[in-house]
Amino acid sequence: MKALRKYLDKIRPNFEEGGKLHWLHSTYDAFETFLFVPNSTSRSGVHIHDARDSKRTMTIVIVALIPALLMGMYNVGLQHYMALGLETSLLTKFIYGFLAVLPQIVVSYVVGLGIEFIVAQIRKEEVAEGFLVTGILIPMIVPVDTPLWMIAVATAFAVIFAKEVFGGTGYNIFNVALITRAFLFFSYPSKMSGDQVWVRTADTFGMGKGSVVDGFSGATPLGQIAVSDAGSFGEFTFQGITGQPLSISDMFFGFIPGSIGEVSTFAILLGAILLISTGVGSWKTILSVFLGGAVAVVLVNLFAQNAIMEMPVQYHFLLGGFAFGAVFMATDPVTSARTEKGKWIYGFLIGLLAITIRVFNPGYPEGMMLAILFMNAFAPLIDFYVIDGNIKRRLKRATPAK
Amino acid sequence: MANRINIKKGLQIPLLGTAEEVIRGTVKSEFVHICPEDFHGITPKLAVRVNDVVKAGTALFYEKNHPDMLFASPVSGVVTAIERGEKRRILRIVIKADSNMQYEEQHVKNVAALSGEEVKKSILDAGIWFLIKQRPYDVVALPDKQPRDIFVTGFDTAPLAPSTDFLLQDKEADLQAGLDALAKLTTGKVYLSIGSTTRLKGLREAKNVVITEFNGPHPAGNVGVQINHIKPVNRGEVVWTLNAPDVAIIGRLFNKGITDLTRTVALTGSEVKQTGYYHMAIGSELKSIFAQNVTEGISLRYISGNPLTGRKIEADGVLRAYDKQVTVIPEGDDIHEAFGWASLSPKRYSAGGTYLPFKKKFRLDARLMGGPRAIIVSNEYDKVFPMDIFPEQLIKSIIAFNIDKMEQLGIYEVAPEDFALCEFVDTSKLELQRIVRKGLDLLRKEME
Repeated sequence: MKALRKYLDKIRPNFEEGGKLHWLHSTYDAFETFLFVPNSTSRSGVHIHDARDSKRTMTIVIVALIPALLMGMYNVGLQHYMALGLETSLLTKFIYGFLAVLPQIVVSYVVGLGIEFIVAQIRKEEVAEGFLVTGILIPMIVPVDTPLWMIAVATAFAVIFAKEVFGGTGYNIFNVALITRAFLFFSYPSKMSGDQVWVRTADTFGMGKGSVVDGFSGATPLGQIAVSDAGSFGEFTFQGITGQPLSISDMFFGFIPGSIGEVSTFAILLGAILLISTGVGSWKTILSVFLGGAVAVVLVNLFAQNAIMEMPVQYHFLLGGFAFGAVFMATDPVTSARTEKGKWIYGFLIGLLAITIRVFNPGYPEGMMLAILFMNAFAPLIDFYVIDGNIKRRLKRATPAK
Repeated sequence: MANRINIKKGLQIPLLGTAEEVIRGTVKSEFVHICPEDFHGITPKLAVRVNDVVKAGTALFYEKNHPDMLFASPVSGVVTAIERGEKRRILRIVIKADSNMQYEEQHVKNVAALSGEEVKKSILDAGIWFLIKQRPYDVVALPDKQPRDIFVTGFDTAPLAPSTDFLLQDKEADLQAGLDALAKLTTGKVYLSIGSTTRLKGLREAKNVVITEFNGPHPAGNVGVQINHIKPVNRGEVVWTLNAPDVAIIGRLFNKGITDLTRTVALTGSEVKQTGYYHMAIGSELKSIFAQNVTEGISLRYISGNPLTGRKIEADGVLRAYDKQVTVIPEGDDIHEAFGWASLSPKRYSAGGTYLPFKKKFRLDARLMGGPRAIIVSNEYDKVFPMDIFPEQLIKSIIAFNIDKMEQLGIYEVAPEDFALCEFVDTSKLELQRIVRKGLDLLRKEME
């Protein structure tokens, strides 16, 4: 490390004001602070600082995402070889999934970080770490077969118009990863929904060639129940892609078609434990999303008219992006309500809305994305009323009743 | 029986280097330096010239808008230099101290026999009015405004803070005289706050005051927190604030009839070899207590005050006017730590859960440990801010300088020191105390 430190010190003058590589200053700074803790010391105010910084916070979120990412990769391979009717080892399935997902991660990072570096340079600021999380979230919430160019276009759109125009990380109103997802959903609906996009049937870098077995259907469980004409939930069974019935444990561990991040509720729970124990994610938001969802499910169950209205609460939580959204999207501190009371309201309404959209909108079997984006818009309003309570109390105190 | 208030929010930063409760001696400084910038909110006008002979208690300068507010020399001697900076601002007044201290005669008597106006005049004339500060704006109190109440904090919870009990040993009579004097200055009450560990009789059984006991981590000892819990400051109201050791200095004026600005000061910090307490006048040079007594070979940060709110000084710096503590910690600019964001090192301390918790005391340096960012993490300030105020929203309104919002969110109740812990835990590494200080100063300009 010492040699590296020396090398960095040697090349530093090139990047400073007047140096010939000054236009890369933000890039140099980003890499230097990635490698070494900056040794700048406090100039005003407190003389000592907590060791937690923005990089540490984002690192924790990324680590929390890794179980869901790995389980999702494995599931891509699992679903692929199942669709082809081939028996392979666990490792082969994982490698297939890894190779299928890796290009998406690379594209999302290159495009998003590229924009971040350029904007930071223009603003003469340090590169903010926010996109390190967004960049890994994006491949986890889009269908595995999304073309790379679409990811690139959507990422660029979201980073520029949902974040940089508002002032960058910390100032955005909407969750950037969800804007990417929404952009794709509304621009390329045929690639984002339906039965064909959730299971990758093509080969990846020549790996896993073959043709699908008879009776293959790539519909997600939520997609199946949304279009089912079964009169009640009792008459309905969830099916895997080759027509086999799906058990609760399949849904819990993530052996169902769906986007990479959302399938394994088990892995999401591991992430949730890390986020809550480190205090990076708010347990209040997570819990209240589930509470809101449960209340909504109980209400629609009471007035059930069809299979999806009768679907019990555990299926709602295990299927689709509900758990993933609650743990990783609703807790985004920048776009969430910022007051503690506000977080209860914010999360509760997300859960309520997500279930409502799921149950009552036949065209779109998933409601989490829209519910969170909708509540992102209302988060400042929730905070406004929470803070207004404090302001009113202060005013009342200043002018005591006569 | 005192009222008891439990403070839950806050943080006791586990730092190495608490001062051992032993008096190590008296610092006799050849030169004493007084820096008018210590007295925030005043415009100094000189009352002495170079080569003037002064006694302890002779006015060195006064406040431009309140010519009766004098600032005393802490020692007797000869004014040897008056350093000025940009726009002829007075940076420091240097006095060569006599070997035998001579005191200005202050002609004050028994407090009980004096009226409020006489008490006020005595303190102003003695040149120690600056010990009284006021909210709003956290500046030296304006003597012509009536305070609603006076708040005195009788314990210090800041990291490595000296024990107020120890500082006030043998000064209980002065403390009580000071409290009696304060009681004459307000038509309201004098509130004295003590900690749950306060043992000193002079504090626990003080008379003529309303005693409230606070139990909890820092910033429970901050007078701002205490006011917020006892009786918050509203728009248009003024309260005065002091701490118990300063009250004892006021009491000494009435008991002995002299201006005696010597303090007991704790020498603390992880880089001090032999910690302890010293007697010294404010403005004394500190090099004698640092010599041979600090870690060698690394770059050090010297602080007059505590590590959260103190002022950075040089190795040959002086004790600043309000401080009862001097701290030495590593500077840290010679450390290059690789991959800090992935670190599991037990040397790193964090109040949050993103590092493994180690039950031990830490040796923290002055590094920022990160780069400045926008405010991202929520509920971070709230956890260490035990007041009925939304700190993050208040900070944002100060940055935007939205006067209405600042008033609504409680700007009149806070001082920069109340945000020190927020600044410590801040993931975004923002200079919150500077933001609050600037906001208060601008607001004062607008309102007065």
